[in-house]
Amino acid sequence: MIKIAQLSCGTDYSAVQTEIEKAAEAVGAKMVYPDVDMEKINSAVERFGFNPVSPQLKLMIARAYSLAEKRYDADAVFISTCFRCAEAALVRTELRKFIQNNTKLPVVTYSFTERTKAGQLLTRMEALVTIVERKELLARERQVGLTMGIDSGSSTTKAMVLRDNKIIGKAWTPTADIFSSAETVVKEALEQAGYKLTDMEAIGTTGYGRFTLGKRYNAKLVQEELTTNSKGAVWLADRQKGEATIIDIGGMDNKAITVRDGIPDNFTMGGICAGASGRFMEMTAKRLRVEITELGALADKGDHTKVPMNSYCSIFGIQDLVTSLAAGSTIEDVAAAACHSVAEQIYEQQLQEIDVRLPVIQVGGTSLISGLVTAMEHTLGTRPIVPPNSQYIGAAGAALLSSGFLEGR
Amino acid sequence: MKVLIVPPNSLILFDLVERFGHEPLSVMAALQERIENREIESPPMNITVDVVKKGLKYAAIEIPSGIRGRLAIYGPLIDAAEAAVIMEDAPFMFGCVGCARTNEMMKLLIHKRKIPVIKLDYPNNEDEAKAMVAKLKAFLEGLKK
Repeated sequence: MIKIAQLSCGTDYSAVQTEIEKAAEAVGAKMVYPDVDMEKINSAVERFGFNPVSPQLKLMIARAYSLAEKRYDADAVFISTCFRCAEAALVRTELRKFIQNNTKLPVVTYSFTERTKAGQLLTRMEALVTIVERKELLARERQVGLTMGIDSGSSTTKAMVLRDNKIIGKAWTPTADIFSSAETVVKEALEQAGYKLTDMEAIGTTGYGRFTLGKRYNAKLVQEELTTNSKGAVWLADRQKGEATIIDIGGMDNKAITVRDGIPDNFTMGGICAGASGRFMEMTAKRLRVEITELGALADKGDHTKVPMNSYCSIFGIQDLVTSLAAGSTIEDVAAAACHSVAEQIYEQQLQEIDVRLPVIQVGGTSLISGLVTAMEHTLGTRPIVPPNSQYIGAAGAALLSSGFLEGR
Repeated sequence: MKVLIVPPNSLILFDLVERFGHEPLSVMAALQERIENREIESPPMNITVDVVKKGLKYAAIEIPSGIRGRLAIYGPLIDAAEAAVIMEDAPFMFGCVGCARTNEMMKLLIHKRKIPVIKLDYPNNEDEAKAMVAKLKAFLEGLKK
């Protein structure tokens, strides 16, 4: 069983400890708590260089040293503290860097409230376990045989059919109920490919509806999207070797994933507010009375500095947008400001949690909005690579990884 | 050498570092530049939203804005420092940054730089003060070798 070391403060008193343990159990892991000698706590804090007032944070630091010095055995690390505690936020961020610099353990951080439930932690825990447990599968660089990937996302559902490492069928549709949406894209992708569903040697499902669709299609691989998306991104971008950072601005949440030789080793996942997601782009397009497919080109013609916009909240973001239009701003400038606002928020919230490694690969449906790619370029100082079929990363990754289950291949 | 003083606005530490032949890195110069050389955008210290964003280099978005704003000013001083003098447990009248969390974070950032550091206990009487100055003098002179 995978052992996830928990370094935390406040989980018991916030009523979330059981939820953390439930999420770990659901993915076949268990939470463990590194042993620490009482007399080593102060010396660990002194060596770390940050002396928190809260004793439980001191214990977190000592536990991190236990892991770094291999006095305690674990496979992955989960660092979690209360939302809004300044001292804990500082310790949490610095401990993550410490673990990454001093161990090879995958690590994920999370700031919780009393409302945090196991479901919110599940994807993160699943990705941690996958990194530990399926290294061999994740190292797969070529797809073999005839396989299909289905990505049941919050905004769109996608399917892709691959044969001998080539795309032979693909389709997408807006997600309504997940069964009919999946049926639509599966049918269309199979028609393009010229095969029947029964011809598929393996199927992989990912996205929010992965478990339900996994059962329906008897999938060999049912995998959270952090793993499939990163794999699909490096495969589509032909960047399987070396390092890269993948930015996936999704319909409901955002992911920033760092990979080394195609294997994810760190990630952050955000999504408290729609203001930094593809949903805000959709809302903007709707208010500007343009198709979402036209928004990027409009934004490329605009100047974001002419429109003050802060989409930390999608409602306030749209308010800014309406006010700017009323004051006579052009729709090009407003579109550019909306893209810039989303890019800025991704930078401030997601990319601070990981060490950005070049090249940056931007994927997901939002990567087709050229204005958003330009805004990311301005924010990061480097032009992200947008691979062909960048909206199909999940489906591509699921099809690629599922071929790893074909015997002898 | 460029020697950072902590608290970064301590006039006494500034004077001692300068007196013993080094360039003190203090917040006074950093803030003076902000006050005198810029248009007034965000008085009194012209810390604008963009300045606070620069603090993201040192502390993540979830960390309160006051800490990020302070680190946007103090962080570059830490980056530039070749050595540091830290006065522990000094009363706020000796110099302070007004935020205990920022104080700790500054110490961590200095620690991570792996530069020569001397930690001094705040003196409570004349003898302790003389001993503190002697210790600091020895450290600062040692840096020249």
